[in-house]
Amino acid sequence: MKRGLTPFHLAILALGFGFLYVPIALVVLYSFNSSRLVTVWGGFSTQWYVSLFANEQLLQAASMSLRVALASAALSTLLGTCAAFALQRFGRFPARTLFAGALYAPLVMPEVIIGLALLLLFVGLGIDRGFWTIVAGHTTLGLCFVAVVVQARLAGFDRSLEEAAQDLGASPARIFRSITLPLIAPAMAAGFLLAFTISLDDFVIASFTSGPGSTTLPMRIYSQVRLGLTPEINAISTLLIGLVGLSLLAASVINRLKAPAVR
Amino acid sequence: MSARAPLSTLRRLALSAPALWLFLFFLAPFALVLKIALSKPAISQPPYEPVFAWADGFSGLWEKLSTLSLDTFALVISDDLYFSAYLSSLRLAALATALTLLIAFPLALAMSRAPKHWRTALVMLAIAPFWTSFLIRIYAWIMLLKDEGLINKLLLSLGLIDAPLQIFATEGAVLIGIIYSYLPFMILPLYNALERQDPSLLEAASDLGATPFTSFWTITVPLARPGIFAGLLLVFIPAVGEFVIPDLLGGSDTLMIGRSLWNEFFDNRDWPTASAVAILLLVLLILPLLIYERQQMKEVAR
Repeated sequence: MKRGLTPFHLAILALGFGFLYVPIALVVLYSFNSSRLVTVWGGFSTQWYVSLFANEQLLQAASMSLRVALASAALSTLLGTCAAFALQRFGRFPARTLFAGALYAPLVMPEVIIGLALLLLFVGLGIDRGFWTIVAGHTTLGLCFVAVVVQARLAGFDRSLEEAAQDLGASPARIFRSITLPLIAPAMAAGFLLAFTISLDDFVIASFTSGPGSTTLPMRIYSQVRLGLTPEINAISTLLIGLVGLSLLAASVINRLKAPAVR
Repeated sequence: MSARAPLSTLRRLALSAPALWLFLFFLAPFALVLKIALSKPAISQPPYEPVFAWADGFSGLWEKLSTLSLDTFALVISDDLYFSAYLSSLRLAALATALTLLIAFPLALAMSRAPKHWRTALVMLAIAPFWTSFLIRIYAWIMLLKDEGLINKLLLSLGLIDAPLQIFATEGAVLIGIIYSYLPFMILPLYNALERQDPSLLEAASDLGATPFTSFWTITVPLARPGIFAGLLLVFIPAVGEFVIPDLLGGSDTLMIGRSLWNEFFDNRDWPTASAVAILLLVLLILPLLIYERQQMKEVAR
Protein backbone atom coordinates (compact mmCIF):
# COMPACT_ATOMS: atom_id res chain seq x y z
CA MET A 1 0.00 0.00 0.00
CA LYS A 2 1.70 3.17 -1.14
CA ARG A 3 0.67 6.77 -0.80
CA GLY A 4 -1.45 7.92 -3.66
CA LEU A 5 -5.11 7.78 -4.50
CA THR A 6 -6.69 4.57 -5.61
CA PRO A 7 -10.14 4.68 -7.27
CA PHE A 8 -11.47 3.46 -3.93
CA HIS A 9 -10.07 6.54 -2.19
CA LEU A 10 -11.47 8.81 -4.87
CA ALA A 11 -14.90 7.27 -4.41
CA ILE A 12 -14.72 7.84 -0.65
CA LEU A 13 -13.68 11.46 -1.15
CA ALA A 14 -16.53 12.03 -3.60
CA LEU A 15 -19.08 10.42 -1.29
CA GLY A 16 -17.80 12.19 1.83
CA PHE A 17 -17.65 15.64 0.33
CA GLY A 18 -20.94 15.02 -1.46
CA PHE A 19 -22.52 14.30 1.91
CA LEU A 20 -21.07 17.54 3.30
CA TYR A 21 -21.95 19.79 0.39
CA VAL A 22 -25.08 18.51 -1.40
CA PRO A 23 -27.49 19.62 1.38
CA ILE A 24 -25.99 23.12 1.40
CA ALA A 25 -26.05 23.27 -2.41
CA LEU A 26 -29.73 22.31 -2.38
CA VAL A 27 -30.57 25.13 0.03
CA VAL A 28 -28.88 27.56 -2.37
CA LEU A 29 -30.52 26.02 -5.45
CA TYR A 30 -34.02 26.14 -4.00
CA SER A 31 -33.65 29.78 -3.03
CA PHE A 32 -34.12 30.48 -6.77
CA ASN A 33 -37.34 28.49 -6.83
CA SER A 34 -40.43 30.34 -8.00
CA SER A 35 -42.76 27.98 -6.17
CA ARG A 36 -44.03 28.87 -2.72
CA LEU A 37 -43.57 25.25 -1.70
CA VAL A 38 -39.93 24.84 -0.82
CA THR A 39 -39.52 21.29 -2.08
CA VAL A 40 -41.43 21.66 -5.34
CA TRP A 41 -39.39 23.12 -8.18
CA GLY A 42 -41.48 25.67 -10.07
CA GLY A 43 -38.88 27.36 -12.25
CA PHE A 44 -36.16 29.96 -11.78
CA SER A 45 -36.98 33.15 -9.93
CA THR A 46 -35.33 35.73 -7.71
CA GLN A 47 -38.60 36.83 -6.12
CA TRP A 48 -37.63 35.56 -2.66
CA TYR A 49 -34.64 37.87 -2.57
CA VAL A 50 -36.95 40.75 -3.45
CA SER A 51 -39.40 39.85 -0.70
CA LEU A 52 -36.48 39.45 1.67
CA PHE A 53 -35.59 43.09 1.33
CA ALA A 54 -39.17 44.07 2.10
CA ASN A 55 -39.18 42.05 5.30
CA GLU A 56 -38.61 44.72 7.92
CA GLN A 57 -38.21 42.31 10.87
CA LEU A 58 -35.65 40.22 9.07
CA LEU A 59 -33.62 43.27 8.02
CA GLN A 60 -33.63 44.60 11.56
CA ALA A 61 -32.46 41.24 12.89
CA ALA A 62 -29.73 41.12 10.24
CA SER A 63 -28.45 44.56 11.15
CA MET A 64 -28.51 43.61 14.84
CA SER A 65 -26.51 40.45 14.09
CA LEU A 66 -23.94 42.32 12.03
CA ARG A 67 -23.39 44.94 14.74
CA VAL A 68 -23.14 42.30 17.47
CA ALA A 69 -20.71 40.29 15.35
CA LEU A 70 -18.47 43.29 14.63
CA ALA A 71 -18.36 44.42 18.26
CA SER A 72 -17.77 40.97 19.70
CA ALA A 73 -15.17 40.06 17.06
CA ALA A 74 -13.23 43.25 17.86
CA LEU A 75 -13.36 42.58 21.61
CA SER A 76 -12.52 38.90 21.10
CA THR A 77 -9.47 39.77 19.01
CA LEU A 78 -8.16 42.20 21.60
CA LEU A 79 -8.73 39.93 24.62
CA GLY A 80 -7.86 36.70 22.81
CA THR A 81 -4.52 38.08 21.62
CA CYS A 82 -3.68 39.22 25.16
CA ALA A 83 -4.61 35.76 26.46
CA ALA A 84 -2.47 34.04 23.82
CA PHE A 85 0.52 36.20 24.77
CA ALA A 86 -0.04 35.44 28.44
CA LEU A 87 -0.06 31.70 27.84
CA GLN A 88 2.77 31.60 25.31
CA ARG A 89 5.17 34.25 26.57
CA PHE A 90 4.67 35.03 30.24
CA GLY A 91 6.06 31.81 31.68
CA ARG A 92 4.45 30.80 34.95
CA PHE A 93 1.96 33.05 36.66
CA PRO A 94 -0.53 32.41 39.45
CA ALA A 95 -3.57 30.35 38.48
CA ARG A 96 -2.21 29.67 34.97
CA THR A 97 -4.00 26.31 34.76
CA LEU A 98 -7.30 27.86 35.82
CA PHE A 99 -6.78 30.64 33.29
CA ALA A 100 -6.09 28.20 30.45
CA GLY A 101 -9.00 26.01 31.53
CA ALA A 102 -11.48 28.86 31.62
CA LEU A 103 -10.13 30.14 28.30
CA TYR A 104 -10.53 26.88 26.39
CA ALA A 105 -13.56 25.39 28.18
CA PRO A 106 -16.11 27.23 26.00
CA LEU A 107 -14.67 25.36 22.98
CA VAL A 108 -16.32 22.11 24.08
CA MET A 109 -18.93 23.17 26.60
CA PRO A 110 -22.56 22.81 25.47
CA GLU A 111 -23.90 26.23 24.53
CA VAL A 112 -27.07 25.82 26.60
CA ILE A 113 -24.94 25.79 29.75
CA ILE A 114 -22.93 28.89 28.81
CA GLY A 115 -26.13 30.67 27.84
CA LEU A 116 -27.92 29.75 31.03
CA ALA A 117 -24.96 30.79 33.20
CA LEU A 118 -24.66 34.17 31.47
CA LEU A 119 -28.37 34.85 31.72
CA LEU A 120 -28.35 34.12 35.44
CA LEU A 121 -25.40 36.49 35.83
CA PHE A 122 -27.14 39.33 34.02
CA VAL A 123 -30.34 38.82 35.98
CA GLY A 124 -28.39 38.57 39.23
CA LEU A 125 -26.59 41.83 38.52
CA GLY A 126 -29.80 43.51 37.43
CA ILE A 127 -28.47 44.29 33.95
CA ASP A 128 -31.05 44.85 31.22
CA ARG A 129 -30.47 42.36 28.46
CA GLY A 130 -29.88 43.69 24.98
CA PHE A 131 -27.12 44.46 22.51
CA TRP A 132 -24.21 44.51 24.99
CA THR A 133 -25.18 41.35 26.84
CA ILE A 134 -25.20 39.43 23.56
CA VAL A 135 -21.82 40.97 22.72
CA ALA A 136 -20.49 39.84 26.12
CA GLY A 137 -21.72 36.29 25.53
CA HIS A 138 -20.29 36.07 22.03
CA THR A 139 -16.97 37.57 23.14
CA THR A 140 -16.58 34.88 25.80
CA LEU A 141 -17.00 32.28 23.06
CA GLY A 142 -14.99 34.13 20.40
CA LEU A 143 -11.95 35.01 22.46
CA CYS A 144 -10.99 31.36 22.93
CA PHE A 145 -11.00 30.83 19.14
CA VAL A 146 -8.81 33.91 18.66
CA ALA A 147 -6.50 32.70 21.44
CA VAL A 148 -6.12 29.28 19.76
CA VAL A 149 -5.18 30.82 16.40
CA VAL A 150 -2.83 33.48 17.79
CA GLN A 151 -1.18 31.07 20.23
CA ALA A 152 -0.44 28.67 17.37
CA ARG A 153 1.22 31.53 15.51
CA LEU A 154 3.26 32.56 18.54
CA ALA A 155 4.37 28.97 19.11
CA GLY A 156 5.80 28.71 15.60
CA PHE A 157 7.42 32.12 15.88
CA ASP A 158 11.13 32.72 15.31
CA ARG A 159 12.26 34.61 18.41
CA SER A 160 15.70 35.36 16.94
CA LEU A 161 14.28 38.36 15.04
CA GLU A 162 13.14 39.94 18.28
CA GLU A 163 16.44 39.11 19.95
CA ALA A 164 18.41 40.63 17.08
CA ALA A 165 16.36 43.83 17.32
CA GLN A 166 16.96 43.91 21.05
CA ASP A 167 20.72 43.49 20.54
CA LEU A 168 20.63 46.37 18.09
CA GLY A 169 19.13 48.55 20.80
CA ALA A 170 15.46 48.69 19.86
CA SER A 171 13.05 49.47 22.68
CA PRO A 172 10.47 46.80 23.65
CA ALA A 173 7.69 49.01 22.27
CA ARG A 174 9.53 49.39 18.97
CA ILE A 175 10.16 45.64 18.75
CA PHE A 176 6.51 44.92 19.39
CA ARG A 177 5.34 47.45 16.82
CA SER A 178 7.72 46.66 13.98
CA ILE A 179 8.37 42.93 14.46
CA THR A 180 5.94 41.09 16.71
CA LEU A 181 2.74 42.76 15.59
CA PRO A 182 3.31 42.39 11.82
CA LEU A 183 4.20 38.73 12.35
CA ILE A 184 1.04 37.87 14.28
CA ALA A 185 -1.29 40.26 12.40
CA PRO A 186 -2.47 37.57 9.93
CA ALA A 187 -3.39 35.28 12.81
CA MET A 188 -5.23 38.13 14.51
CA ALA A 189 -7.12 38.88 11.31
CA ALA A 190 -8.02 35.21 10.89
CA GLY A 191 -9.11 35.11 14.54
CA PHE A 192 -11.26 38.19 14.02
CA LEU A 193 -13.03 36.58 11.08
CA LEU A 194 -13.59 33.35 13.01
CA ALA A 195 -15.06 35.24 15.97
CA PHE A 196 -17.19 37.23 13.53
CA THR A 197 -18.67 34.15 11.86
CA ILE A 198 -19.23 32.40 15.20
CA SER A 199 -21.15 35.39 16.49
CA LEU A 200 -23.14 35.71 13.26
CA ASP A 201 -24.07 32.04 13.49
CA ASP A 202 -24.86 31.67 17.17
CA PHE A 203 -28.45 31.01 18.13
CA VAL A 204 -28.38 29.45 21.60
CA ILE A 205 -26.28 31.97 23.53
CA ALA A 206 -28.03 34.87 21.80
CA SER A 207 -31.43 33.48 22.84
CA PHE A 208 -30.39 33.44 26.49
CA THR A 209 -28.65 36.81 26.52
CA SER A 210 -30.94 38.90 24.33
CA GLY A 211 -33.77 41.03 25.58
CA PRO A 212 -36.90 42.40 23.95
CA GLY A 213 -36.02 44.35 20.82
CA SER A 214 -32.62 42.72 20.35
CA THR A 215 -33.50 39.74 18.18
CA THR A 216 -30.61 38.45 16.11
CA LEU A 217 -30.85 36.91 12.65
CA PRO A 218 -30.42 33.26 13.76
CA MET A 219 -33.18 33.80 16.33
CA ARG A 220 -35.46 35.14 13.59
CA ILE A 221 -34.54 32.28 11.25
CA TYR A 222 -35.17 29.74 14.01
CA SER A 223 -38.66 31.00 14.72
CA GLN A 224 -39.45 31.03 10.98
CA VAL A 225 -38.14 27.47 10.56
CA ARG A 226 -40.32 26.32 13.44
CA LEU A 227 -43.36 27.82 11.74
CA GLY A 228 -42.65 26.01 8.49
CA LEU A 229 -40.41 26.07 5.46
CA THR A 230 -40.50 29.13 3.25
CA PRO A 231 -38.23 29.91 0.29
CA GLU A 232 -37.39 33.16 2.04
CA ILE A 233 -35.30 31.18 4.53
CA ASN A 234 -33.42 29.67 1.59
CA ALA A 235 -32.75 33.14 0.23
CA ILE A 236 -31.42 34.54 3.51
CA SER A 237 -29.41 31.34 4.01
CA THR A 238 -27.83 31.75 0.59
CA LEU A 239 -26.81 35.31 1.41
CA LEU A 240 -25.31 34.18 4.74
CA ILE A 241 -23.43 31.32 3.08
CA GLY A 242 -22.04 33.81 0.57
CA LEU A 243 -20.96 36.19 3.32
CA VAL A 244 -19.26 33.46 5.34
CA GLY A 245 -17.65 32.04 2.20
CA LEU A 246 -16.23 35.44 1.36
CA SER A 247 -14.83 36.03 4.85
CA LEU A 248 -13.30 32.54 4.91
CA LEU A 249 -11.70 33.20 1.57
CA ALA A 250 -10.41 36.53 2.87
CA ALA A 251 -9.02 34.82 6.00
CA SER A 252 -7.10 32.25 3.98
CA VAL A 253 -5.83 34.83 1.49
CA ILE A 254 -4.62 37.10 4.31
CA ASN A 255 -2.89 34.19 5.99
CA ARG A 256 -1.24 33.06 2.76
CA LEU A 257 -0.21 36.49 1.45
CA LYS A 258 1.66 37.56 4.54
CA ALA A 259 3.05 34.30 5.84
CA PRO A 260 5.90 33.68 3.33
CA ALA A 261 6.91 37.34 3.20
CA VAL A 262 7.93 37.50 6.85
CA ARG A 263 9.59 34.13 7.15
CA MET B 1 9.01 29.44 27.15
CA SER B 2 10.77 32.17 29.06
CA ALA B 3 10.24 32.27 32.79
CA ARG B 4 11.06 35.91 33.39
CA ALA B 5 9.59 37.01 36.69
CA PRO B 6 8.17 39.29 37.94
CA LEU B 7 5.80 40.45 35.23
CA SER B 8 6.14 44.00 33.96
CA THR B 9 3.24 46.42 34.30
CA LEU B 10 2.35 46.06 30.65
CA ARG B 11 2.33 42.27 30.87
CA ARG B 12 0.23 42.45 33.98
CA LEU B 13 -2.29 44.55 32.08
CA ALA B 14 -2.27 42.17 29.10
CA LEU B 15 -2.89 39.25 31.41
CA SER B 16 -5.48 40.83 33.65
CA ALA B 17 -7.78 42.03 30.86
CA PRO B 18 -8.69 38.54 29.55
CA ALA B 19 -8.42 37.07 33.08
CA LEU B 20 -10.91 39.60 34.41
CA TRP B 21 -13.21 38.97 31.45
CA LEU B 22 -13.13 35.21 31.96
CA PHE B 23 -13.72 35.61 35.68
CA LEU B 24 -16.68 37.91 35.16
CA PHE B 25 -18.34 36.18 32.21
CA PHE B 26 -17.31 32.57 32.68
CA LEU B 27 -16.31 31.60 36.22
CA ALA B 28 -18.64 33.88 38.18
CA PRO B 29 -21.71 32.81 36.16
CA PHE B 30 -20.97 29.17 36.99
CA ALA B 31 -20.76 29.94 40.68
CA LEU B 32 -24.14 31.60 40.26
CA VAL B 33 -25.61 28.56 38.49
CA LEU B 34 -24.50 26.41 41.41
CA LYS B 35 -25.97 28.89 43.87
CA ILE B 36 -29.33 28.97 42.13
CA ALA B 37 -29.40 25.20 41.76
CA LEU B 38 -29.14 25.05 45.53
CA SER B 39 -31.96 27.48 46.15
CA LYS B 40 -35.67 26.84 46.12
CA PRO B 41 -37.97 27.85 43.30
CA ALA B 42 -40.27 30.76 44.06
CA ILE B 43 -42.94 32.54 42.13
CA SER B 44 -41.27 35.89 41.90
CA GLN B 45 -38.98 37.91 39.69
CA PRO B 46 -36.36 36.40 39.35
CA PRO B 47 -38.09 33.08 40.06
CA TYR B 48 -35.96 31.67 42.87
CA GLU B 49 -35.40 32.35 46.56
CA PRO B 50 -32.19 34.26 47.11
CA VAL B 51 -29.56 32.14 48.83
CA PHE B 52 -27.34 34.91 50.01
CA ALA B 53 -27.05 38.58 49.30
CA TRP B 54 -23.83 40.61 49.36
CA ALA B 55 -25.44 42.96 51.87
CA ASP B 56 -25.60 40.22 54.50
CA GLY B 57 -21.83 40.05 54.79
CA PHE B 58 -20.04 37.03 56.15
CA SER B 59 -22.12 36.61 59.28
CA GLY B 60 -25.23 36.40 57.12
CA LEU B 61 -23.44 33.97 54.84
CA TRP B 62 -23.20 31.24 57.48
CA GLU B 63 -26.81 31.62 58.39
CA LYS B 64 -27.86 31.34 54.77
CA LEU B 65 -25.58 28.39 54.07
CA SER B 66 -27.68 26.33 56.43
CA THR B 67 -30.75 27.08 54.29
CA LEU B 68 -29.11 25.70 51.15
CA SER B 69 -31.17 22.87 49.83
CA LEU B 70 -30.31 19.91 47.71
CA ASP B 71 -34.00 19.49 46.94
CA THR B 72 -33.68 20.40 43.28
CA PHE B 73 -30.83 17.94 42.82
CA ALA B 74 -32.85 15.24 44.57
CA LEU B 75 -35.77 16.10 42.31
CA VAL B 76 -33.71 15.96 39.13
CA ILE B 77 -32.06 12.67 40.07
CA SER B 78 -35.23 10.95 41.20
CA ASP B 79 -37.38 12.27 38.37
CA ASP B 80 -37.88 9.61 35.72
CA LEU B 81 -38.21 12.18 32.97
CA TYR B 82 -34.80 13.71 33.64
CA PHE B 83 -33.19 10.37 34.19
CA SER B 84 -34.41 9.10 30.84
CA ALA B 85 -33.48 12.41 29.21
CA TYR B 86 -29.89 12.06 30.45
CA LEU B 87 -29.79 8.44 29.39
CA SER B 88 -31.21 9.04 25.94
CA SER B 89 -28.84 12.02 25.42
CA LEU B 90 -25.90 9.79 26.26
CA ARG B 91 -27.22 6.98 24.07
CA LEU B 92 -27.94 9.18 21.05
CA ALA B 93 -24.67 11.09 21.41
CA ALA B 94 -22.65 7.87 21.77
CA LEU B 95 -24.34 6.26 18.78
CA ALA B 96 -23.92 9.38 16.65
CA THR B 97 -20.26 9.71 17.70
CA ALA B 98 -19.54 6.09 16.75
CA LEU B 99 -21.22 6.53 13.36
CA THR B 100 -19.34 9.80 12.81
CA LEU B 101 -16.07 7.95 13.42
CA LEU B 102 -17.06 5.24 10.93
CA ILE B 103 -17.77 7.85 8.26
CA ALA B 104 -14.87 10.16 9.06
CA PHE B 105 -12.12 7.54 9.24
CA PRO B 106 -12.10 6.44 5.60
CA LEU B 107 -12.56 10.04 4.53
CA ALA B 108 -9.63 11.28 6.63
CA LEU B 109 -7.54 8.33 5.41
CA ALA B 110 -8.27 9.15 1.78
CA MET B 111 -7.46 12.81 2.45
CA SER B 112 -4.12 11.90 4.00
CA ARG B 113 -3.27 9.69 1.00
CA ALA B 114 -4.04 12.43 -1.50
CA PRO B 115 -1.16 14.18 -3.31
CA LYS B 116 0.48 16.86 -1.15
CA HIS B 117 -0.73 19.84 -3.16
CA TRP B 118 -4.34 18.67 -2.81
CA ARG B 119 -4.29 18.25 0.92
CA THR B 120 -4.57 21.87 2.08
CA ALA B 121 -7.53 22.37 -0.23
CA LEU B 122 -9.17 19.17 1.03
CA VAL B 123 -8.72 20.25 4.65
CA MET B 124 -10.25 23.64 3.84
CA LEU B 125 -13.15 21.87 2.13
CA ALA B 126 -13.68 19.67 5.17
CA ILE B 127 -13.75 22.59 7.62
CA ALA B 128 -15.73 25.09 5.54
CA PRO B 129 -19.20 23.61 6.27
CA PHE B 130 -18.49 24.13 9.96
CA TRP B 131 -18.46 27.86 9.32
CA THR B 132 -21.73 27.92 7.44
CA SER B 133 -24.53 28.60 9.83
CA PHE B 134 -25.50 25.70 12.00
CA LEU B 135 -29.20 26.53 11.63
CA ILE B 136 -28.93 26.57 7.87
CA ARG B 137 -27.35 23.12 7.83
CA ILE B 138 -30.13 21.76 10.02
CA TYR B 139 -32.68 23.52 7.85
CA ALA B 140 -31.17 21.78 4.83
CA TRP B 141 -31.88 18.42 6.44
CA ILE B 142 -35.48 19.39 7.22
CA MET B 143 -35.85 20.09 3.49
CA LEU B 144 -34.34 16.71 2.68
CA LEU B 145 -35.98 14.49 5.28
CA LYS B 146 -39.57 15.72 5.55
CA ASP B 147 -42.35 13.43 4.35
CA GLU B 148 -42.74 15.68 1.30
CA GLY B 149 -38.99 16.35 1.34
CA LEU B 150 -36.44 15.93 -1.42
CA ILE B 151 -35.20 12.46 -0.46
CA ASN B 152 -38.71 11.02 -0.33
CA LYS B 153 -39.54 12.76 -3.62
CA LEU B 154 -36.50 11.24 -5.27
CA LEU B 155 -37.11 7.74 -3.94
CA LEU B 156 -40.80 7.88 -4.89
CA SER B 157 -40.07 9.06 -8.42
CA LEU B 158 -37.48 6.32 -8.86
CA GLY B 159 -40.11 3.85 -7.73
CA LEU B 160 -37.92 2.54 -4.90
CA ILE B 161 -40.60 3.16 -2.30
CA ASP B 162 -44.39 3.34 -2.48
CA ALA B 163 -45.05 5.56 0.51
CA PRO B 164 -42.83 8.34 1.94
CA LEU B 165 -40.34 7.18 4.55
CA GLN B 166 -40.96 8.65 7.96
CA ILE B 167 -37.50 9.88 8.92
CA PHE B 168 -38.23 13.45 9.96
CA ALA B 169 -39.19 13.89 13.63
CA THR B 170 -37.56 10.61 14.64
CA GLU B 171 -34.35 9.76 16.47
CA GLY B 172 -32.89 8.77 13.11
CA ALA B 173 -33.18 12.35 11.92
CA VAL B 174 -31.46 13.55 15.11
CA LEU B 175 -28.60 11.10 14.49
CA ILE B 176 -28.20 12.31 10.90
CA GLY B 177 -28.24 15.91 12.14
CA ILE B 178 -25.52 15.28 14.73
CA ILE B 179 -23.33 13.32 12.31
CA TYR B 180 -23.66 15.98 9.65
CA SER B 181 -23.02 18.89 11.99
CA TYR B 182 -20.03 17.44 13.81
CA LEU B 183 -18.31 15.52 11.00
CA PRO B 184 -15.62 18.22 10.53
CA PHE B 185 -14.72 17.92 14.24
CA MET B 186 -13.97 14.23 13.70
CA ILE B 187 -12.23 14.54 10.33
CA LEU B 188 -9.70 17.12 11.45
CA PRO B 189 -7.98 15.34 14.38
CA LEU B 190 -8.09 12.03 12.46
CA TYR B 191 -6.51 13.64 9.42
CA ASN B 192 -3.80 15.24 11.57
CA ALA B 193 -2.92 11.88 13.11
CA LEU B 194 -3.04 9.96 9.80
CA GLU B 195 -1.16 12.53 7.78
CA ARG B 196 1.80 12.34 10.14
CA GLN B 197 2.21 8.60 9.72
CA ASP B 198 5.35 7.44 8.00
CA PRO B 199 4.33 5.62 4.77
CA SER B 200 7.49 3.51 4.92
CA LEU B 201 5.97 1.62 7.86
CA LEU B 202 3.22 0.32 5.59
CA GLU B 203 5.73 -0.49 2.86
CA ALA B 204 7.88 -2.40 5.31
CA ALA B 205 4.83 -4.31 6.52
CA SER B 206 3.82 -5.28 2.99
CA ASP B 207 7.42 -6.27 2.13
CA LEU B 208 7.29 -8.58 5.11
CA GLY B 209 4.13 -10.14 3.75
CA ALA B 210 1.41 -8.40 5.73
CA THR B 211 -1.91 -8.04 3.95
CA PRO B 212 -3.35 -4.51 3.68
CA PHE B 213 -5.99 -5.63 6.16
CA THR B 214 -3.41 -6.68 8.76
CA SER B 215 -1.30 -3.56 8.38
CA PHE B 216 -4.41 -1.39 8.63
CA TRP B 217 -5.32 -2.88 12.02
CA THR B 218 -1.78 -3.20 13.36
CA ILE B 219 -0.24 0.02 12.07
CA THR B 220 -2.69 2.62 10.76
CA VAL B 221 -5.34 2.36 13.48
CA PRO B 222 -3.03 2.18 16.53
CA LEU B 223 -0.99 5.14 15.30
CA ALA B 224 -4.16 7.15 14.74
CA ARG B 225 -5.30 6.55 18.32
CA PRO B 226 -4.66 10.10 19.63
CA GLY B 227 -6.70 11.48 16.73
CA ILE B 228 -9.48 8.98 17.33
CA PHE B 229 -9.75 9.91 21.01
CA ALA B 230 -9.67 13.65 20.29
CA GLY B 231 -12.34 13.26 17.61
CA LEU B 232 -14.60 11.15 19.82
CA LEU B 233 -14.37 13.77 22.55
CA LEU B 234 -14.94 16.74 20.25
CA VAL B 235 -18.10 15.17 18.86
CA PHE B 236 -19.50 13.47 21.94
CA ILE B 237 -19.35 16.35 24.42
CA PRO B 238 -21.21 19.01 22.44
CA ALA B 239 -23.61 16.37 21.08
CA VAL B 240 -24.79 15.37 24.57
CA GLY B 241 -25.90 18.93 25.34
CA GLU B 242 -27.28 19.65 21.88
CA PHE B 243 -30.51 21.64 21.76
CA VAL B 244 -31.12 22.83 18.20
CA ILE B 245 -30.81 19.44 16.48
CA PRO B 246 -33.30 17.47 18.64
CA ASP B 247 -35.61 20.48 18.70
CA LEU B 248 -35.79 20.96 14.94
CA LEU B 249 -35.18 17.44 13.60
CA GLY B 250 -36.47 15.28 16.44
CA GLY B 251 -40.03 14.42 17.27
CA SER B 252 -41.88 15.65 20.32
CA ASP B 253 -40.88 12.38 22.00
CA THR B 254 -37.15 12.78 21.32
CA LEU B 255 -35.71 13.35 24.76
CA MET B 256 -32.39 15.14 25.06
CA ILE B 257 -31.08 16.92 28.10
CA GLY B 258 -30.25 20.19 26.35
CA ARG B 259 -33.84 20.38 25.23
CA SER B 260 -35.16 19.56 28.74
CA LEU B 261 -32.97 22.32 30.18
CA TRP B 262 -34.27 24.78 27.60
CA ASN B 263 -37.91 23.87 28.26
CA GLU B 264 -37.44 23.97 32.02
CA PHE B 265 -35.96 27.39 31.71
CA PHE B 266 -38.03 29.12 29.04
CA ASP B 267 -41.38 27.32 29.31
CA ASN B 268 -41.66 26.24 32.95
CA ARG B 269 -39.55 29.13 34.26
CA ASP B 270 -38.14 26.82 36.92
CA TRP B 271 -34.65 28.30 37.20
CA PRO B 272 -33.35 26.23 40.11
CA THR B 273 -34.25 23.00 38.32
CA ALA B 274 -32.75 24.22 35.05
CA SER B 275 -29.56 25.10 36.96
CA ALA B 276 -29.41 21.71 38.64
CA VAL B 277 -29.90 20.04 35.24
CA ALA B 278 -26.98 22.12 33.90
CA ILE B 279 -24.70 21.24 36.83
CA LEU B 280 -25.44 17.52 36.50
CA LEU B 281 -24.81 17.72 32.76
CA LEU B 282 -21.44 19.35 33.43
CA VAL B 283 -20.52 16.61 35.90
CA LEU B 284 -21.52 14.04 33.30
CA LEU B 285 -19.31 15.67 30.67
CA ILE B 286 -16.27 16.01 32.90
CA LEU B 287 -16.04 12.21 33.05
CA PRO B 288 -15.10 11.66 29.37
CA LEU B 289 -12.69 14.61 29.68
CA LEU B 290 -10.93 12.89 32.58
CA ILE B 291 -10.74 9.63 30.63
CA TYR B 292 -9.24 11.56 27.72
CA GLU B 293 -6.74 13.26 30.03
CA ARG B 294 -5.60 9.84 31.36
CA GLN B 295 -5.32 8.51 27.83
CA GLN B 296 -3.17 11.48 26.88
CA MET B 297 -0.88 10.84 29.84
CA LYS B 298 -0.50 7.23 28.75
CA GLU B 299 0.35 8.29 25.19
CA VAL B 300 2.97 10.68 26.50
CA ALA B 301 4.42 8.02 28.79
CA ARG B 302 4.71 5.59 25.89
